[in-house]
Formats: sequence, C-alpha cells, structure tokens
Amino acid sequence: MSVILKTEKLRVEFKNRELGQMTKVALQGLDLEVSAGEVFGFLGPNGAGKTTTINVLLGFVQPTSGNASLFGIDVRQPIARRRIGYLPELTYYYKFLTAEELLRFYAEIFGLRRAEADKRIDEALKLVELDSARKRLIKTYSKGMQQRVGLAQALINNPDLLILDEPTSGLDPLGRMKVRSIIQRLKNEGKTVFFSSHELGEVETVCDRVAIVADGNLKAAGSVHAIMQGHPTLEKAFLSIVGCQN
Amino acid sequence: MRNILAIAKVVLVEMYRRKEFYVLFILTVVICLIMGSINIFNDKQVIRYLKELCLLLIWVSSLIIAITMTARQIPAEREQRTLLPLLAKPLSRTQLILGKFLGCWLVCGMCLICFYLFFGALAASREHEWPLMHYLQAAFLHWMALGVVVAMSLLGSLVFAAPSSNSTICFSICAAIMCLGRYLDEIALSLHEPGRSLVYGIYYAIPHLEIPFAMRNLIIHDWPLIEWKFVWLAAFYLVGYMAVFLAAACLVFRRKTVN
Repeated sequence: MSVILKTEKLRVEFKNRELGQMTKVALQGLDLEVSAGEVFGFLGPNGAGKTTTINVLLGFVQPTSGNASLFGIDVRQPIARRRIGYLPELTYYYKFLTAEELLRFYAEIFGLRRAEADKRIDEALKLVELDSARKRLIKTYSKGMQQRVGLAQALINNPDLLILDEPTSGLDPLGRMKVRSIIQRLKNEGKTVFFSSHELGEVETVCDRVAIVADGNLKAAGSVHAIMQGHPTLEKAFLSIVGCQN
Repeated sequence: MRNILAIAKVVLVEMYRRKEFYVLFILTVVICLIMGSINIFNDKQVIRYLKELCLLLIWVSSLIIAITMTARQIPAEREQRTLLPLLAKPLSRTQLILGKFLGCWLVCGMCLICFYLFFGALAASREHEWPLMHYLQAAFLHWMALGVVVAMSLLGSLVFAAPSSNSTICFSICAAIMCLGRYLDEIALSLHEPGRSLVYGIYYAIPHLEIPFAMRNLIIHDWPLIEWKFVWLAAFYLVGYMAVFLAAACLVFRRKTVN
C-alpha cells in the first residue's frame, strides 16, 4: 500500500525568548508512516508531541529539522493539503456565518464548482445531521452542533486523508458514537484516517495501526494487536510503553 | 485569485453583519445634519465651512473604520481559533493576507461611497449643484489612501500583540503624517546634521497621505479639476506603498507559528 503520510527524523524545537529558559524540544526525530486506507491512532500522554506533529503536517509550525510529506508533497506546499480534511480539537468557526455559508466558503477554497459544492454541502450537512439548522448563524449553535459543523467542513472536499485532533473530546456518548460511525464509513470507502485521542477504548475498536509517542519520541508503532501483545487492554499496553506502572 | 476573492467576500459579509459601520455612519450623518442646519450670521458662504467640517468628519470616520476593522482581522482569527481550519486548507499565508487586505479595502470603498453620497446630497441641498468629477477625484484618492492605511494596519496586526495598540499606533502615524507630513522638509532644513538627514529620511520614507487629504480643498473651494494623469500618478505612488506594506506583512506572517 502507498504511504500517504510520512515524517522523517522530524524535530521541532520551540525557543523560549525569556532569558535563562531552555529551548523546549517538542519532537525529537520522529519517524512515522501511514499507508493509504488505514485508520491510524496517534496516542501519547499530554505534552508528548501529538498536536505538534499534527501542526507540522498542516503547516502551522515549521520543523527545526527533518521532513514531513502528505501524498509525497512537502507539507510546506499549500497543495499538499488539497486532499485532506482537518478537524481541530477545539472547533471554532466564523460566528457571523451560517453553516451553509461556511461550507460554501471552504468549498470555494478547495476549488469545487458550484454544482459540486452544493452537492457536497448537502451531503456533509445531512451526514452530521445539521440540515435543518443550515441557515442559522453559527453563533446560535450549541457546542455539539459546532463540533458537527467542524466535522462537516473536514469532509467538504471528500478528502482522501482525514486528520482529526481528539475528535471525541467534549462529546456526549451519542456524539462519540456518531464520530465512530463516520470513521468506520470512511474506512469502508477506502479513505485514510489519522487521529489523536485519549479514548483508548475507541482506538482499540476502530484503529488498524497505532503509534505511541512520549516526550517527543516514538515509543511504539504497529497494529493494535501487536501493541497489545501480553496486555489485556490497549490502555494497559499504553501505560506499560510510556513507563507508568499500576 | 479565487482564494483571495473568497476571503475578501467573508470580510465583506462580516462587516455587513457587524454593526460598527452603521453606528459611525449614523453618527457622522447626525453631526453633519446638525451642522447643516446652522446659519451663522446669515452668511451664504457658510456652506464652505460646512463642507470642510463634513469632509474632515468623513476622513476621521473612514480612518477609524479602516484601522479598527483591519487591526482586528488576524488577531481575532488567532484568538477565536478560526485560523487553524482555514490554514489547513490549500491556502497559502500570502493568499490569506491579500484576501484580508482586499476585503478590508473594498469595505472602505463601500463606506466611502455611502459617505460621499450623503455629503454630496447635503452640499447639493445648499449649493444646488453637484460637481461630480470633483467628488470622484477626491473620493478615488481618499480610497487609495485608505488602501495604504489598511496595508499598514495589516502589517501592524502581525507585529503588535494587541489590536488596540496597533490601532493607536496606526491612527497616530496617520494623524501625524496628515498634519505634519508636508512640513517635514522645512523642519529638516532648519536642523543641523545628523537631525537633518534623519528628518529628510523620514520625509522620503513615509507615505504622504496628506496629498489625498488635501484633495478635500477641491470640493471645499471649488478649485478646477486636477489633470487625470497626476491623479493616476498619485494613485500609483500610493499603490507602491500598499505593495511595500503587504510584502512586509507576507514576510512576517510566513514565519509565524499560528498554534
């Protein structure tokens, strides 16, 4: 299978401008590969470097050294993001727009023609069950509705790779089930999903492969079954790998 | 170009749905109408003073709109985290800066149309004539000057942490240029080195916004029209400064960490 997400010796340092403070190394030479069609879980304790990795992949942060590519294109090129969808952990969108206007705006950026954009907007809003609220301003939406708008905008361009940063964070059980079913549906369509999460139970259910990072280093990577070898649950395997004992 | 226009459209929608422009416009209209009703000493020439004050109010209001609207664009996106899903799209940071600039500049243009239409109606009600070409020249260079102000505010929004500091600094710079800009060369002549070189340097470096500001006199004193080749020359001069500020903004934004 082709590799569509790749990092090679990715290092990210944040220089602290205050005198006497050390440089913070968020990633120390991360090597990661995600193949097409798999659901890949990116795990780690808080401060491990998960969000920094995602930020580098999306061009928000420049790596200090090393490479990162999406579909073989360097992540610093805007065109690398043409075939991806991204759902940030905290979802905030333009409050003065309606859901339909927001999706139309993003569809324009992706270069979708009017007819195709209309079709994609209808599909995305129906999928996240916001069709009835499409003409309302986003500022009138509840948190759950805003999260669903986030999911809709991540799917507007029918992406081949979906990057989700803690997609079920703050969602009720129904919302989490909905996200899981969307991930499963995308997997059945042959899409690739790369997501970071603290919900190890969900990761165990939906993921094909996982990687565990801690302190900016890759501690383990492989199939869920291989990672869990000798442990009853993924959570116990995770705690063992990151060095925490019960 | 498509991305730039899409972002500009969102800026226009935002300004349409926010209320600040309407408040400023209504305030300006009310003040002008009150002044227009005054009849001092039965002086038929009082219309000239009315025009001067109205145009000054229009300049102040348009500067407030241009600076406060632009100073808020990028910082608000960062604070509200709307920048992340936007930059995760196939959109370069340069396109984002240019889209924001175009949107803010177009909003300024629309505001100026409203202001000058109102002003023209007010002046015509007293003078019973409407020198359209004079208004066109003055409004066109006014809009070009606001383009420079928007570009400068956009650069400031990437350099200064708070929109309020950026707004204060930009407004102060604009006021200083409009009031003192044309006198800097005379001030320089009266100084000794190195002060003279420093002031001359400032004189040649700053965008001379007092030139479009002085175009008000065309309307106030009914001066003859300026030849269009000079108007276009002034416009290209101002476009040059827009380009410089925008290039600097793109360079600054390119290296910034957004998360």
